Amino acid sequence: MSLLTLYNNINSFLVIGAILFGLGIYGMVTRRTLIGMLIAAELILAGASVNFMAFNRFTSPDPVAGQVFTLFIMAIAAAEAAIGLSIIIAVYRQFKSIDAEDTVQLKG
Amino acid sequence: MNPSMVISPSFFSVDGLVGAVFLIMVAITLIGGLIACNSERLVRSVAGLIVCFVGVAGLYYFLNSPFVAMMQILIYVGAVAVTISFAIMLAAPEEQKRVGPSGPLVGPFGFATAALLAGGFSILAIRTDWKVMAKINDGSVKTIGIQLLTEYSMVFELISIVLLIAILGALVIARGGREG
Repeated sequence: MSLLTLYNNINSFLVIGAILFGLGIYGMVTRRTLIGMLIAAELILAGASVNFMAFNRFTSPDPVAGQVFTLFIMAIAAAEAAIGLSIIIAVYRQFKSIDAEDTVQLKG
Repeated sequence: MNPSMVISPSFFSVDGLVGAVFLIMVAITLIGGLIACNSERLVRSVAGLIVCFVGVAGLYYFLNSPFVAMMQILIYVGAVAVTISFAIMLAAPEEQKRVGPSGPLVGPFGFATAALLAGGFSILAIRTDWKVMAKINDGSVKTIGIQLLTEYSMVFELISIVLLIAILGALVIARGGREG
């Protein structure tokens, strides 16, 4: 197995999906701003999609199911981004900040 | 087993060049992901996200799905990233007051969690012996279209309703507190 034949192997795609997922988790934990967290969530969804497409290409008997699933993930991600960003804009209007630690109105 | 998986191809053969393009796509994806979750300014973070999505579209091309690769660029790069840039311009303050992580332990613990998850999934993926099954259709764009409107038609309709409600809800929420 050399570096140049990695594209023909399911493991390389699964490892890339896992690394994207890990990057997303890292960003989600360490980011302070809500928009940064949303960007990290997009990375997590990209990792999941890469996994679905890898299984679709290499192991699944029906090569349509994974592609349709990835298309639906894209649609859900678009809906999530629209709702999340409008919530962030509403929060900014209320608190004049998008820092996740400034939105503490209910804190006693 | 395909003999090209065992014998390493020369770099200047067709197989070798395809492998090199794949490695470039992987590098684009990972560098974009690193920029997206590490840069100090949100605009650079979105730019890294765009780079990462272009790399992922290249990976989809390697997975025999040019249609999904095009949709990835259209939807993610063309719509989602532009929406996020709009939100940054509308909501982010000019100067981020505090950029770094909120506590001294957040960075190391976050990195440890992410490394544990990514490493665990990678080891799991490599150690499992994946069974390859025979394909029952060709997975072309035509087949995707037929299956979307027959087998997955219910999900297709539901997802369009979800998108409609999401757009209406986004308008209502973002307009709510507007004075004047």
